Amino acid sequence: MKRLAILLLTSLLATTALAVEPAEKLADPALEARARVISQGLRCLVCRNESIDESHADLAHDVRVLLRERLVAGDTNPQAVAYIVARYGDFVLLEPPVKRSTYVLWLAPPVLLALGGLGALIAMRRQAGQAGPAPLSAEEGAQLAKLMQTDTPERPA
Amino acid sequence: MITEFGHFALIVGFAVALAQSFVPLLGAARGDAGMIGVGRNAALALFALMAIAMASLIHAYVTSDFSVVNVAQNSHTDKPMLYKVSGLWGNHEGSMLLWVFILALCGGAVATFCRNLPPALGARVLSVQGMIAAGFLAFILATSNPFLRIAVPPANGQGLNPVLQDPGLAFHPPFLYLGYVGFSVSFAFAIAALIDGKVDAAWARWVRPWALAAWCALTLGIALGSWWAYYTLGWGGWWFWDPVENASFMPWLAGTALIHSAIVVEKRDALKSWTILLAIVTFSLSLVGTFLVRSGVLTSVHAFAVDPARGSFILALLIVAIGGSLVLYAVRAPALAGGGLFAPVSREGALVLNNLLMATAAGSVLLGTLYPLFLDVVGGDKISVGAPFFNKTFVPLMVPVLLTMAIGPLLGWKRGDLLGALQRLWLAFVAAFLACLVAYYATSGGPVMAIVGFALAAWVGMGAIVEWAERVALFRVRPGLSLRRAIHLPRAAHGMTLAHFGIAVTVAGIAASAFDAEQIDLVAIGGAMRVGQYEMTLERVDRREGPNYLADEATFNVRRDGALIAVMHPQRRFFPLQERTTSETAIRTGIGADLYIALGDPDPQGRWTVRAYWKPLVSWIWGGALLMALGGMVSLTDRRWRIGVAVKARATGAAAVAAGE
Repeated sequence: MKRLAILLLTSLLATTALAVEPAEKLADPALEARARVISQGLRCLVCRNESIDESHADLAHDVRVLLRERLVAGDTNPQAVAYIVARYGDFVLLEPPVKRSTYVLWLAPPVLLALGGLGALIAMRRQAGQAGPAPLSAEEGAQLAKLMQTDTPERPA
Repeated sequence: MITEFGHFALIVGFAVALAQSFVPLLGAARGDAGMIGVGRNAALALFALMAIAMASLIHAYVTSDFSVVNVAQNSHTDKPMLYKVSGLWGNHEGSMLLWVFILALCGGAVATFCRNLPPALGARVLSVQGMIAAGFLAFILATSNPFLRIAVPPANGQGLNPVLQDPGLAFHPPFLYLGYVGFSVSFAFAIAALIDGKVDAAWARWVRPWALAAWCALTLGIALGSWWAYYTLGWGGWWFWDPVENASFMPWLAGTALIHSAIVVEKRDALKSWTILLAIVTFSLSLVGTFLVRSGVLTSVHAFAVDPARGSFILALLIVAIGGSLVLYAVRAPALAGGGLFAPVSREGALVLNNLLMATAAGSVLLGTLYPLFLDVVGGDKISVGAPFFNKTFVPLMVPVLLTMAIGPLLGWKRGDLLGALQRLWLAFVAAFLACLVAYYATSGGPVMAIVGFALAAWVGMGAIVEWAERVALFRVRPGLSLRRAIHLPRAAHGMTLAHFGIAVTVAGIAASAFDAEQIDLVAIGGAMRVGQYEMTLERVDRREGPNYLADEATFNVRRDGALIAVMHPQRRFFPLQERTTSETAIRTGIGADLYIALGDPDPQGRWTVRAYWKPLVSWIWGGALLMALGGMVSLTDRRWRIGVAVKARATGAAAVAAGE
C-alpha cells in the first residue's frame, strides 16, 4: 500500500513525520480548513496515489506550504489549484479532469451500468417471450388428472 | 537438507500438478474410471507436497537458516517468533509459495469432499485446479524460487520491514490469499460445467459453499488490512483506494455478486450463464490482483518484484487463464440458456439488480486502477486516478444497492409485490427517518452524504431485522413458538440476516467518519491539547527497549470534564537494523468512538508533535465486516450443503417416473 511506501521513504530519514506538521498550519482556522480540503485532492508527486494531505514526503510538504501561501495571498480555491496545476500538470490532480484522454474513464461507469441494464432487460424479455415448458403429452395429462383426483398423492412405483 | 526437501517437493509437485491437469480430464472424456480416480489422488498428493514445501521453508525461517537467500533477506535472529514465521509471506517468493500452498489446500479439500459429485464433474474440476497449480509452480520454479541457497551465508539476516512486523499484517496475507485462491474452486467448477455443457441447481449447490467460504476469508483479509492501516499509519485513515487495495476489493465485489447470483441458479435454475461468467471473472480479478501486486507494475511496497521476467511470466499466465476461459465461455455458454422465468419485480429481479450494480462497481474500480497505466503505456497523458474519482463513481452505485438490499429478501420468487414489501418495511422507514434526525441534531448539520449514509445504514439494518422477524413471526405468535421457528430456520437465513446487518454497521461507521475531530499540535512535557471533548496532558516521554527496537513512549492523561478517564501510551519505535522509525499509536477503542493518539518527532525545544483524533463509530467499520464474515460462516453450516438430499431425491424421482412409464 502506498502509505507503506511513504513510511519507507520517510523512515529512511529516521523520522516519524506524519502528514501535516504543526509548523505548517495557518493561524486562521478558516483558511487552514480550506487548505486541508484542497490538499486532499492534490497528489503527492513522488508517492503512490497519495494526497499531499496524507503524505509525509518532503515534496508534499513543499506543496502544502506553497498552497497555504497562495491561500494567504488571497487566492480562491480554484485559483490556488490552478496555480499548482500550472506548475505540476494534471498529474497532480487526484480527480482527473474531464478531457479527451479521460472521456473513457469518466463515461465508462454510467455506460457500463446502462449497457448492463439494457442487457438484463433484453435477456428477461427474451426469456419471457420464449414459450414456457413444453405442453404435457396426452400420457402425462392423464397421469396428472389421475393425481388430481386422488386425495393423497400416490407414489409412482 | 530440509530446505532441499522443500525444493524437491516443489519440483515433484509440478509433475503431479501436470498429471492432475490432464489425466482426469481425459478420463472424464473417455469415461475411464481409473483415470478419473487419478485426479483425487493427485490433488491429495499435491497438497501433501506443498505442505512439505511450506513446512521446510517455515523450518528455515524458524531456525534462522541464513544460507537460504529468502531467509537471509527477510529475517533476523532478534525478530519475535511470530514475525519470523510471517516474514515468510512478507516477501515475493514466500508469498507465492503460500499462494500455491493454499491452492493445493483447496484442491485437497475438493478431492476430499467431491465424493458426492458426479465423477466426471469432479474430475474436470480437479483438472482445472491442477492446471492453475502447474502454471504457478512453473512460475515459482522458473523465476521465484524461495529455496535458493547462498554460497557464503551472512552472519545474520537483513530483517523484515518494521511496518510489516505487526500482528494485523501477520495474518492479513493468509486470509487474503484464502479468499483469492478460494475463488479458484468456483472458477474450476465453472470451467468444468462449460466443458460438461450442464449447469443445474445441483451445480449451484456445490459451488456456492466454496464461493461463500472464499468470500468470508476475503472479507476478513480486507478488513484486517484496513484495520492495520488505521492503527499503524498514524493518521487514522482506513481506506485509500490504493491500487493494491483495489486489487483485493475487485474480486470481493465480483465475489459478492457471485454468491448472490448462485442463489438464483440454485433456487430458480435461472441466470446460469451469467453465474458462470461471474465465477470466471471473480477468479480472473484475483489473478489480476496478484499480477498487479506481484509484477511490479505498481511501485509500492507490496510489489517487491521489480523484475520484468516475473512480470511477463505472470502476464502470460493471466492471458492464458483469462483468455482461455473466456473463449471457452463464448463457445459453450450459449448452450446453457433456459431456466426459470421471472418478472422484473421479484426476488430474482432484485438479485439481478444487485449483480448489475456490483459488476459495474467492480468494472469501474478496475478501470480506475488500470487507466493511468494504460494511458501511460499508449503514450498519452500522465494522469492520477485517486480517491475523489472512486468516491464519485462508487458511492452512487452503492446507494441503490443498499436501497434494494432491504427490499429484495421480502420479495417473492418469480413475481414480487413491491408495494407489499415496502409496507412491511415501515419500521425501516421510521428507523431511517430517525437516523436522519438524530444525525442532523447530534452533529449540527454535516455533509449531506453522511446523513444519507446514516439513513441508509438504519434502513438496511432495520430491513434485515424486519425480514428475520417476519420469518420467525416475532410478536405475532407466542415467544416460544418464535424461538422454535428461529431454531428451525435454515442457518443460511440467519447468515443472510447477520451479513446484511453487518453491511449496515459498516455503512454507519463509514458515514460517521465525516464527523471526525482532529488536532495536530506541538506539545511540551506537562502541556495539554484538546480534541473533541477530551483534554490530553503529556505527562512524560520515556525510553523503552523492545526485542528489536528502541521506543519513545509518551504518557498521556486523558480527561473529560476534568475527570481522568484514561492513560494512553503512544510510541515511536526506532528499528536500528533497518534504521527506520514507525509509529505505534495508542487507541482507546469504544463502541461510540475511538480516541486515537500518535506520537511524532520532538522539535529542538523538546516539544513533541502529537496527532490526536476523535473518531466516532470508527470501529463499526471492521465490526460490520466481522459480522459479514460471521454471517457467511453461519450460512456455511447450513444442512443443505452437507447432504445431497435434493440431488438424490431428483435422481430417484426421475428414475421412478421412468420406471412408472
